Amino acid sequence: MPIKAEGATPALPDEMGHFGVYGGKFVPETLMAALEELEREYRKAQADPAFQEELDYYLRDYAGRPTPLYFSARLSEAWGGARVYLKREDLCHTGAPKINNTLGQILLARRMGKRRVIAETGAGQHGVATATVAALFGLECEIYMGTEDMRRQALNVFRMRLLGAKVTPVDAGSRTLKDAINEAMRDWVTNVGNTHYVLGSVLGAHPYPMMVRDFQTIIGREARGQILEKEGRLPDYLIACVGGGSNSIGLFHPFLNDPAVRMVGVEAGGLGIETGRHAARFSSGGLGVLHGTLSYVLQDEDGQIQTTHSVSAGLDYPSVGPEHSYYRDLGRIEYVSITDQEALQAFQLLSRLEGIIPALECAHAVAYAEKLAPTLHKDQLIVINLSGRGDKDVEQVARLLGG
Amino acid sequence: MNRIDETFARLKEKGKRALIPFITAGDPDFGTTRELAWEFEERGADILELGVPFSDPLADGKTIQKASQRALERGATLRKILGLVEEIRSSASIPLVLMSYYNPILRYGLKEFSRDASSAGMDGLIVPDLPPEEAEPLLRADEAHGVDTIFLLAPTSPEARISLISKLSQGYIYYVSLRGVTGARAELVPDLASAVARIRPYTEKPIAVGFGISTPEQAREVALYSDGVIVGSAIVNQIERHLGQRDLITLVGDFLASMKRAIEGLPFDN
Repeated sequence: MPIKAEGATPALPDEMGHFGVYGGKFVPETLMAALEELEREYRKAQADPAFQEELDYYLRDYAGRPTPLYFSARLSEAWGGARVYLKREDLCHTGAPKINNTLGQILLARRMGKRRVIAETGAGQHGVATATVAALFGLECEIYMGTEDMRRQALNVFRMRLLGAKVTPVDAGSRTLKDAINEAMRDWVTNVGNTHYVLGSVLGAHPYPMMVRDFQTIIGREARGQILEKEGRLPDYLIACVGGGSNSIGLFHPFLNDPAVRMVGVEAGGLGIETGRHAARFSSGGLGVLHGTLSYVLQDEDGQIQTTHSVSAGLDYPSVGPEHSYYRDLGRIEYVSITDQEALQAFQLLSRLEGIIPALECAHAVAYAEKLAPTLHKDQLIVINLSGRGDKDVEQVARLLGG
Repeated sequence: MNRIDETFARLKEKGKRALIPFITAGDPDFGTTRELAWEFEERGADILELGVPFSDPLADGKTIQKASQRALERGATLRKILGLVEEIRSSASIPLVLMSYYNPILRYGLKEFSRDASSAGMDGLIVPDLPPEEAEPLLRADEAHGVDTIFLLAPTSPEARISLISKLSQGYIYYVSLRGVTGARAELVPDLASAVARIRPYTEKPIAVGFGISTPEQAREVALYSDGVIVGSAIVNQIERHLGQRDLITLVGDFLASMKRAIEGLPFDN
């Protein structure tokens, strides 16, 4: 298998924003012109070296990229199988790779002359990343967050307010990410003239799933170069957690044309698939439309969206990025789920063995690697996307563990 | 000619505008929706829009969000709502239009839905989160069963979209008066008349205006330059205000009647 310097990207989505049958634009007419404008401006920016330079500058000197690809000797030894690498996205400024996307989108918003940005947030990481970049450029910023998430991520709520953002509680539905997106979309419909909606994942109507993916593929491009440098070959497995799916698609995408590289997306199994209290869209979801895109959606037989459960606010969402659905059907990416309990154990394991406290979201990826690694040979390579640091989760975990 | 076209043709002959009330089906229960539908026809509604409650109504403001919640809590489903449409149809002759987010219809099955809706006596369908770009499968199903697919235009729609949507929309064009979600507003947007006039060169089809029309005064003004006045949240607010009262049907009917007098240019008592 010839190794390419950069992973070639398949030409998806199509002109209308479709990944096979998935994706598209399912939004009120009021937003259609704004989406068209966004796509136009995004394509212009992509073709403009000055935009790319500006983005690269901020990614490097402000966000701290590139992040290291760290060989975890102790996990490799403890699991007794493959060699385990951690892509240290937890070391990005703000503690998660969300900032790759918020820098890209807010630079774009400035080009479009928007003075105000809004965003939804689940775990608070995207809200913090948006508030951070809004502060950097002096933009007005409002973040929508479910009250249940505000309760379990109180530290991030304080951080956003400290950064000068207005945090608006959303007390509807399940009071989590899904409801925060509803409210952010209502704001956008109302203020579309002066406001850019900084959507935080590969969700929503076209061009968001494409644009957010493009901003996040820097993770995979770096990882590709780094593993080639360290090991002289591509990894056997890439493992990442999948909420909306931006950190995972960001890691996976530059490897899609390398058939020898297997990819595993880890969903939130919550209290267990059999309990119905989870966010594993690929284990019991069906074709549906939520928040502007056609994808796998957890819903009841009447098409009402189901409430989800996960210990991790960032994975607690009933739909998933449309590109994931596409690669799932193709069998190119495999999806598994990890329960709350397993994720909590991995959270502690990584803290003790490596001195790295991971976010609960990516603790799901670590937990799956723990199952996979012992089944592999000693010379096989696993890359886990460590997509967030766990400071925000410490209080919640302390409560859960009774410590 | 279907019921919607007949209604607008008849009104046009008399130089009148359509009054189009919207209520959420099953708010607070199916019995109330049925009685209200009949009351509305008697008191001057020309077309009735029935909303299908959805767990995530992102185009709706607080009033209709709460109405959806009340209906869902009492077990409203799209299937049961089609049963309700059939019941209403048994003694109503005005056009019945369903307004639903796309997911419940997609889940039901597009062909099955159009077939069942048509045989229940439904005349038209509005899907606020389905722009024409994604609507072809639904259009095909609706056409096969004689259901009108009604599209929306917004203040942000550029000329190219006005042209496209004017061509595609059947029955009438739903003009969203403002940038924002549904909900009663104190004022109409200032340039509404010219916004409606901007659509006219593209179509002969009736243009009905909705979102934010809350008072008889506002309804009268909108009737001056549109072909239909859609009143949703203001009516749903009346339902909410009179929940649990024995004379809810009459009281909400009184409100509708004041709207009717207003758009006919008669004195109204608010």
